[in-house]
Amino acid sequence: MRIERLVAMANDIATFFECETDRAAGARAVAAHLRRFWDPRMRREILAHLGRGGAGLSALAREALSRLASD
Amino acid sequence: MHAVGYHDLGTPAAPAAPAAPAAPAIRLSIDGTSVEVPSGTSVMRAAALAGVSVPNLCATDTLKSFGSCRLCLVEIEGHKGYPASCTTGVADGMRVRTHSAALMQLRRSVLELYVSDHPLACEPCPANGHCELQTQAAAHGITHSRYAGGASRRGGGRDVSNPYFSFDPDLCIVCSRCVRACEEVQGTFALTIEDRGFSSRVAAGQSEPFLLSECVSCGACVESCPTAALHEKTLQACAPPERSVTTTCAYCGVGCSLVAEAGHGELMRMVPDRTGQANHGHACVKGRFAWGYATHPERVTRPMLRKHTGEPWREVSWDEAIAHAAEALQRIQACHGRGAVGGITSSRCTNEETFLVQKLVRAALGNNNVDTCARVCHSPSGYGLKQTLGESAGTQTFDSVMQADVIMVIGANPTEAHPVFAAQLKRRIRGGARLIVIDPRTIELVHAPHLRAAWHLRLRPGTNVALMNALAHVIVTEGLTDEAYVAAHCEEDSYVRWRDFVSQPAQSPEATAGLTAVPAAEVRAAARLYAAGPNGTICYGLGVTEHSQGSTTVMAIANLAMATGNLGREGVGVCPLRGQNNVQGACDMGSFPHELSGYRHVSDPAVRAIFESDWQVVLDPEPGLRIPNMFEAALDGSFRGLYVQGEDLAQSDPNARHVAAALQAMDCVIVQDLFLNETSRYAHVFLPGSSFLEKDGTFTNAERRISRVRKVIEPLAGLADWEVTVRLANALGHPMRYAHPSEIMAEIARLTPTFRGVSYDKLERLGSLQWPCDEGAPEGTPTLHVGHPVRGRGRFGVTRFVATNERSSARYPLLLTTGRVLTQYNVGTQTRRTANLLWYDEDLLEIHPHDAEDRGVGEGDWVHLASRTGETRLRATVTERVAPGVVYTTFHFPESATNVVTTENSDWATNCPEYKVTAVQVTRVAGTAGGHDPGRGNPVHA
Repeated sequence: MRIERLVAMANDIATFFECETDRAAGARAVAAHLRRFWDPRMRREILAHLGRGGAGLSALAREALSRLASD
Repeated sequence: MHAVGYHDLGTPAAPAAPAAPAAPAIRLSIDGTSVEVPSGTSVMRAAALAGVSVPNLCATDTLKSFGSCRLCLVEIEGHKGYPASCTTGVADGMRVRTHSAALMQLRRSVLELYVSDHPLACEPCPANGHCELQTQAAAHGITHSRYAGGASRRGGGRDVSNPYFSFDPDLCIVCSRCVRACEEVQGTFALTIEDRGFSSRVAAGQSEPFLLSECVSCGACVESCPTAALHEKTLQACAPPERSVTTTCAYCGVGCSLVAEAGHGELMRMVPDRTGQANHGHACVKGRFAWGYATHPERVTRPMLRKHTGEPWREVSWDEAIAHAAEALQRIQACHGRGAVGGITSSRCTNEETFLVQKLVRAALGNNNVDTCARVCHSPSGYGLKQTLGESAGTQTFDSVMQADVIMVIGANPTEAHPVFAAQLKRRIRGGARLIVIDPRTIELVHAPHLRAAWHLRLRPGTNVALMNALAHVIVTEGLTDEAYVAAHCEEDSYVRWRDFVSQPAQSPEATAGLTAVPAAEVRAAARLYAAGPNGTICYGLGVTEHSQGSTTVMAIANLAMATGNLGREGVGVCPLRGQNNVQGACDMGSFPHELSGYRHVSDPAVRAIFESDWQVVLDPEPGLRIPNMFEAALDGSFRGLYVQGEDLAQSDPNARHVAAALQAMDCVIVQDLFLNETSRYAHVFLPGSSFLEKDGTFTNAERRISRVRKVIEPLAGLADWEVTVRLANALGHPMRYAHPSEIMAEIARLTPTFRGVSYDKLERLGSLQWPCDEGAPEGTPTLHVGHPVRGRGRFGVTRFVATNERSSARYPLLLTTGRVLTQYNVGTQTRRTANLLWYDEDLLEIHPHDAEDRGVGEGDWVHLASRTGETRLRATVTERVAPGVVYTTFHFPESATNVVTTENSDWATNCPEYKVTAVQVTRVAGTAGGHDPGRGNPVHA
């Protein structure tokens, strides 16, 4: 899958949850959304991208993916 | 002519006052029979309910009583003269005689006058045997008239301009039923009676042919005509129908109940069902008349195969086609893994059929790569309403709108896309409800005959969230919230956070006016109007959902309803107007890749266990690919086989070139459809589909109303769609054994809590059922969230406005938005194969006069439409319906390739495509439709 598309989608999700007052809660919400709605191959690919530096990912998307990776 | 066999009660039921104590019953005597009816009932209706038929010609139970024909005269003890029973209300102790020598004489005289200018040669008449004048004349022994011969006829000849019905003034008795139906039922006011005496004549528009008038061909006039003055053309050449079957329309999400009258193995006409609980005897030009596609010569009725998409199709047997399809899917899985294949269910197919397709994917293919065309329309409704209120569905019945005081229509165009609901909406607005329209275009509801929107907030495309926040800002900061409702029914924390957010000055109408282009004063006035209610309803459509913030807007709508206490009773609520007949049902049936039927996530082991036990398989606990993800995965080689039932992905999905490339990259595409379509250009297996006339099942409309679909004719290809899926599942090694769709529904009920009480037997008995239908609500649930929201307490979502990535620029200065017209439907597969082409035979680009002048574009000119994604050609129509800076088109015709220019931007939560905002440039050109590739548009970077 085009990684730039996955990055854009993850950033869009993170943008919505940036309104959470507690940043950790925001990261948890983004991670939960990815877990609930993304096919495993999409999650694998974006986590691999994060592992390569995660270019283009927003700060909250990075936090969420780090949380997802450690789950 | 109403449906054959329908027992007309003459006048409508007495209106029921909501939330008021039931009106006391009135007891009266009719021809010696005691009858008890609600207060406000007419004598004529009371008589009909008592089994006594009072002769009449100008009365019918869909229209207010009129009292013109003077045939329904009765005798009432203690009353002078002979009152008309249609206009006389019942009274306690009233004693009515409907038949006497004096009444017979009066009626005979009246009938003689009627037949004096009406031919009595009934045999060749299309209404022979079903004509109310013929019936009454026979009942009263009228075979000729003493006054015949002296009457001038109404002149002008027959009007056969409309493709579906004719008007013959010689057969007209000027009862005004058609005129009143056009006004009261449809609300178009296209008809009138012109001139006087024998010259009296029904006139359409300004005495124009029906086709050229403002008539919308809903057929209400035809349905109400007591003779054959207005009659369906299909009746002219046929003998009377032999049987009738009540079924459900397969067009929009209103789900009209229709009576199909058939004979000699063919459908002869489709009549709206007056007992239909969604449509109450009304229909539109599509459902009523545009069913000819079902037997169109282009229907594919033999399965077909080909090795490569460049080859011609080869007709094969069902067995060979199914075996080939199953082997191909299994081969792909063997080589590329279990997740390399998937399926797509259709919102045009029945609940039973969509349930089987998702079952096939999960149980026979062993993954969750199943999605539905609801992905590209209302998936944000499912997400947004679930998050805030707890259920992925609209909250109301359509009838609820009749109790609304303020109606807000956001991003929907009901008169074009949901015409029967629009007729009801217009009736309520004419009755006094105030209307707020939020739409970039000046849709018909903004200013229609005898109604005008109180406010039209003509926002810039892509700014829905900013506007909804501005409305919320006014409601909160001006103290217009229903604090008692919120305190009792909503999560306090979420409310406080939302309230604090929308109270910020940045959310005010003044601060957001620069984004939305809506004057702050109008926003403030609209917000006050909605909040004042007391009953405020919000209806919305794809103009809300098909945005990068579609789910956010749905949540913002739910926030508004909760904050003002507009939930949990009639007259209020949130009504997503579903585009296709079974969008709601397809979603309910577990068509999304992350959830099983009843919106239960696949990761829940308890939920999976229920299905695993019933299906005897182990289910994948991970969500599968959504449609746009399938395309991406196809292009990277990890998704290689697709079973598509009843969706034309290549025409309806955005960024059509990207879709085509993805389909082309797959090893096996299996298309099951009525016709060869754009997607079948990339298919290797074609399985003939069956129209809604050819099968049994159920559809679920936008009210959560489950209605029966009943077979009218045998499947042209020999199998109904559900039977094809059963064969494919069996060939894949997962046995499916159903003798009838009722058995599939029994399985759905067994596995889905909200459908637990649904059965075909109950549907036969009650007509329809609105889910949830279970032990607590055995006859269904018309209104959701009564008492408290389904999720326990409503949850406010903070809905920050985030501008779409799709921006206008110097190169692409205009914003394109898309929609439908009344006479065509979605990608046009059905309606392009009917006479509806007479009204709309190509997609047109609407452009404002200022933008047109800047570009030298005139009415009807060909224009080049280019976006960052692709380019195509269309003809322009210059209109102020669109604002400067905005252009609009439809996507009904493949040759216009509208979706070549739309982008891959999508809703953040659901990946619903952003069809409603594409930055484009328009330039005048000489040429024809499409682009350089004939009829199919071009990508920018081809």
